[in-house]
Amino acid sequence: MDFLAPSTWAEALAAKAERPDALPVAGGTDVMVEMNFDHRRPGALLDLTRVAPLGEWAFDDGRVRLGAGVTYARVIAELGSTLPGLAMASRTVGSPQIRNRGTVGGNLGAASPAGDSHPALLAADAVVEVESAARGVRHVPVADFYTGVKRNALEQDELISAVLIAPPSGPQQFCKIGTRNAMVIAVSAFGFALHPDRRAVGTGIGSAAPTPRRATDAAAFLAGELEAAGLWESRAALPEGLAAEFGRKVRDAAAPIDDVRGTAAYRLHTLSVMARRAATWAWDEHRRAA
Amino acid sequence: MRIELTVNGERHEADDVWEGESLLYALRERLGLPGSKNACEQGECGSCTVYMDGVPVCSCLVAAGQAQGRDVTTVEGLAGDDGLDPVQQAFVECGAVQCGFCTPGFLVSTHDLLARNPRPSDPEIREALAGNLCRCTGYEKILDAVRTAAHS
Repeated sequence: MDFLAPSTWAEALAAKAERPDALPVAGGTDVMVEMNFDHRRPGALLDLTRVAPLGEWAFDDGRVRLGAGVTYARVIAELGSTLPGLAMASRTVGSPQIRNRGTVGGNLGAASPAGDSHPALLAADAVVEVESAARGVRHVPVADFYTGVKRNALEQDELISAVLIAPPSGPQQFCKIGTRNAMVIAVSAFGFALHPDRRAVGTGIGSAAPTPRRATDAAAFLAGELEAAGLWESRAALPEGLAAEFGRKVRDAAAPIDDVRGTAAYRLHTLSVMARRAATWAWDEHRRAA
Repeated sequence: MRIELTVNGERHEADDVWEGESLLYALRERLGLPGSKNACEQGECGSCTVYMDGVPVCSCLVAAGQAQGRDVTTVEGLAGDDGLDPVQQAFVECGAVQCGFCTPGFLVSTHDLLARNPRPSDPEIREALAGNLCRCTGYEKILDAVRTAAHS
């Protein structure tokens, strides 16, 4: 095994092009577990922690461009009010030690269906910025980024450079089910966003399908009901049963399995509850903000 | 491969480091610093917690090569010339140690908490120590020790 430690982004892209068998590592919170347990023996580790720009974020054309190496701890400390959904998800990651090292870019690289950032990124319509030395930059809508269980849309010579996330026009929520507060891999998770500027609803389901995924029909249903009842203008209370019906439709968008963390039936039940609560909390916040 | 890093204020070098090994392994097996403990190897237990460039991390999840040129402080580096760090002293006085295996990690995490927040509330203590597991004490004496250290 080789250990590649580029100090610039150009060197990192060149290294990945030359060594498609190199496994990128940033915080190591997924990769090193696989190394320690002999689950993975890549031809090389490609250490990205010395590529300084990956650890930076900035506003770029109205969106936050979040470098792939920004840790969860920094998302929480620096972007709590700018990217509330992602910050809420970040607070549920592992423990202080894990949040000090783990990165959103690493979560996308691992592409686990249980990754905590995915539901928030889906609900916020994030875009993943990837790059290769040969073909330059490519933008992938996050919903198209997850292609299978722990598989993503990266080509062999590509690295994740950043995630582009628009600051929200309305409230966001994130809910996660686990056996305790700390150190929990989600049994199920749900991200929710109200987009009043375009009268839309964003959703993201975690740990309840082969990939993180949206609840597209449920989102269209809720946005349509809000439109039909004139609620986007009036900001009146949600009609009786609307949030619960939204929750059922979110549940219907999932395709969970039974595993050691929970049963499929429990995951479906928790999704309907989380979606109902998230929609209710977000709408109440939207009303209070008027 | 060869790595060079600063540990507890001293420059260290290690040869024949395997490219996939962890900082924890390098500390314990190559640099003779067995204070950081190896238990879960997956970031669950916090027994291997060290500072790297001033930030508490699970050293089992840092590749040794990632520590090249970095500044690491282990539990061995907490005590000064004039004796135990106040956090260590409080753990002794409060009986916050039983088998002792988790203690190095708790000491580093507590040291970091009190450096950032000298008067933490109980919920803040619990949150700061959420990444450290103890299977002996039931945590009550550990919480006592943290409160004691905060007032020492």
